Amino acid sequence: MLKQIEGSQAVAEAIALCRPEVICAYPITPQTHIVENLSELVRLGEIGNCQYINVESEFAALSVAIGASAAGARAYTATSSQGLLFMTEAVYNAAGLGLPIVMTIGNRAIGAPINIWNDHSDSMALRDAGWIQLHAETNQDAVDLHIQAFRLAEQLSVPVMVCEDGFILTHAYERVDIPDKQQVDAFLPPFEPVQVLDPAAPVTMGAMVGPEAFAEVRYLAHHKHLQAVEVIPQLSAEFADIFGRDTGGLIQPYRSEDAETVIVALGSVNGTIKDVIDEMRDDGISVGAVKIVAFRPFPMLALRSALENAKRVIVVEKAFADGLGGILVGSVRMALRGLTTPIYTIIAGLGGRPITKVSLHRAFGEAVADEIDDPHFLDLDWAIIDHELARAKEKRRSGPIAENILRDLGLVGGKPV
Amino acid sequence: MTQRVKFYQTGTFTVGNRLLDEENRTVQATVERSNSLTSGHRACQGCGEALGARYVVDVAMREANNNLVAVNATGCLEVFSTPYPESSWQVPWIHSLFGNAPAVATGVAAAMRAKGREDTRVLAQGGDGGTVDIGFGCLSGMFERNDDILYICYDNEAYMNTGVQRSGRTPPAARTATTPAVGPTKGNAFGQGKNAALIAMAHFIPYVATASVADLHDLEAKVTKAMGMTGARYIHVHVPCPLGWGSKPCDTIKLARLAVETGLFPLFEAEHGEITEVTQIRRKVPVEEYLRPQRRFAHLFGKSADTDALAAIQQMADRNIEKFGLSG
Repeated sequence: MLKQIEGSQAVAEAIALCRPEVICAYPITPQTHIVENLSELVRLGEIGNCQYINVESEFAALSVAIGASAAGARAYTATSSQGLLFMTEAVYNAAGLGLPIVMTIGNRAIGAPINIWNDHSDSMALRDAGWIQLHAETNQDAVDLHIQAFRLAEQLSVPVMVCEDGFILTHAYERVDIPDKQQVDAFLPPFEPVQVLDPAAPVTMGAMVGPEAFAEVRYLAHHKHLQAVEVIPQLSAEFADIFGRDTGGLIQPYRSEDAETVIVALGSVNGTIKDVIDEMRDDGISVGAVKIVAFRPFPMLALRSALENAKRVIVVEKAFADGLGGILVGSVRMALRGLTTPIYTIIAGLGGRPITKVSLHRAFGEAVADEIDDPHFLDLDWAIIDHELARAKEKRRSGPIAENILRDLGLVGGKPV
Repeated sequence: MTQRVKFYQTGTFTVGNRLLDEENRTVQATVERSNSLTSGHRACQGCGEALGARYVVDVAMREANNNLVAVNATGCLEVFSTPYPESSWQVPWIHSLFGNAPAVATGVAAAMRAKGREDTRVLAQGGDGGTVDIGFGCLSGMFERNDDILYICYDNEAYMNTGVQRSGRTPPAARTATTPAVGPTKGNAFGQGKNAALIAMAHFIPYVATASVADLHDLEAKVTKAMGMTGARYIHVHVPCPLGWGSKPCDTIKLARLAVETGLFPLFEAEHGEITEVTQIRRKVPVEEYLRPQRRFAHLFGKSADTDALAAIQQMADRNIEKFGLSG
C-alpha cells in the first residue's frame, strides 16, 4: 500500500510484517523513531506475541537479541553511532555464534566531537565483525532490504545489518510502498534455526575453542559470506518477482555500461549522484554510477565486471581512515586489482555536511579531467584548518580544537586569544 | 598430609545424608539427579564454584522438571566446563560474553514467552567479576525489569580465571595479583567493594539470598525456593578458591564455614527488598581463624603482623553480626 510516511515508520512497519518474536530497544538518535513505532505496534497486538524489551544499553540490546535468537526466536534491534560501538563486543559475538539477528543501523557519525548527523563511520567501524551489511538508497529500499535481510540471515544463519542514512532517510517523509502481509508471508517463511537452546535436545553454545579449531570456525564464517554473494542476488530476484521491485542484489548500476567515468558509492547519496550524472550526461560527459548495496560481503566479481571497462573510477564515501584515506575505496581497489584504472576518492558528508549537486558536479568535473587531489575532501574549509594549524603551532596550550573552530565560525563565545 | 575423618563436625549442622530422612536428603544424594554439570570437567581440586554449580543446577533442573536453559558468563565455570571439543553440560547451555549473561538470559526468557513456552525456566550464572563488576549494568537491568530469571553469582572474591586479580568482591587486605602484599598498605584497600546482594534487594525483586558451599542443604533449599517463584531472583553463593586464596583444596568447605561463622559472609534471604530470614551463627569464631589458613592474608600474620588490619576485619565481622542480627 502506498503511503506518505516517515522513513523510520516505514521501516517499523516492514519489521512488523516480518513477524519478529523479540525486539530489544534502546534509544539513540537517529534510529529511535523505529523502535518507538515498533513499541506501539507491539502494544496494539499487531505483531502477534512479539516481546518488546526496553533495555539499559545497546550492549544489553544486542545481548538480549543473542539470547532470543539462540532460543530460536526471530530477533531484531536497531542502533546508531555510539550505540553500535557500545555493543561492539556483542556484534562480533552474534556473528561468531552464527545467530541470524537483523539490526537496523541509522548511520551516524562517531564522536568526539559528538555529532548526531549522518555519515558512515559507525557501520564502517564494524565492517569486519562478520555481519552482512546492506545499504539502502531510499526508504523504499530500506523497507525492501529489511524483508530480504531476515530471509538472508535465517537462510545462512548469519546476522545482517541494514544500514540507512540517519535523518536523510530515517526522518524523511516520502512515498513508500508498504508490502501486503500475504506477500511478506510468501517470501519469508517461519524461522527454522540451525541451532537452538532446547531442553529436549541440549546443546552447548559458545564453547571455548583453541588453536586446534579456531581457524576452521572462522573460515566457515567466511564461507557463509561467500555463499551470501550467491544468495543475495537470488533473493533480490525472488523479491522482485513477488513485490515488483528490484533492490539490485549486490550492486545496482546507473548509466554505467558505456561510461568512461564511473562513480561508486553507498546509500542515499546515490540519489544526488544520479542527478549529477544526468546533468553531466546532458553536457555530453560520459559518466555513470554503480551503487553498492552489499558492502559485506563485498561484491568483488560483480563490481569488477561493472567497472572493468571504465577509464576512471570515483569513489564517494562518508567515512575515512585517519592517516590512510577512504575505506570503501580500498575494497574497490581490491576488486580492480591488476588493472591500471585510476581510482579517486571523494570524502564527503562527514558529520552530516550536505553533499550538494553543485559540489559533486565540480568535483566530478575535476576528476574527469584527472585534476583532482586524492583523497579529495569535499567542501573542506581550508581557511579554518589553516587557522587552527597556525594556532597550534603558535602555542602549546592551543585548547580544544572543536571549541576553537566553533569560535572561529562565530558560533559560540568570543574569539580565542 | 591426611585429614582426620569425623562423622559429625562439632558445632555445625553438617550431617551426612545417611542420617537424614529420604525427603531431607540433598538432590545430589538421589539417583534422579540430572548431573547437569557432569564429571570430567577441568576445575581445580577443591573448587568451590564447581561444587556450588553442581548443586545449584541440579536443584534448578529438578524444580523445572528438567525443562531448563542455562546462560553462563565468561569465567572459570565457563572455561573449565567447555574446552573444545568437550562439554560438561547436560542442559542446553549458552555462553556469550563476560558482561552480558543477564541480558542473554533475558533474551532466552523473552523467546520462551513469545513461543508460549514459559514452562522452560532460565538460569543465569557467573563469577563475582562477571556479576558484580563487568556484568553489573546488565544485571541491574534484568532486576529492574523483573525478568523471569534466576541469577546465581558464584563469589570467589577475585578474577580467578585470569590469574587472581582484584574484583569488587575482593575483601580488604587480601593479596591478589593486582593488590600485591607490598608497600605501605599491603593487599586490597579497606573501604572499597560492594555488597551485590544488598544492591539486588534495592531493586525490590521477589527473591534475594546469600548462600555458601559450607551448607549445601541450605543452598539447595534456597535454590528450591527461588525456583518456586517467578520474576528476577538472585542468589549470591560464597565459593572458596584454593588457587586464588592460597588454601588447601581439602579446606574449601571449612573456610566457607568459617566465613559464615566469623560473620564475614552473612547468610540471609530477602523478599521484595525486605530481609525475611537470617542464619544465626551458633559458635562465633574470631576472623583470625578464617584468615590464617589463606596465603592471600599471610602478610597479616608472622613477624610483621598487621594487627590494625586484623582488628579492622574483625570490626567488619562484628558490624555484620550486629547489622544482620546474626547472634540471635
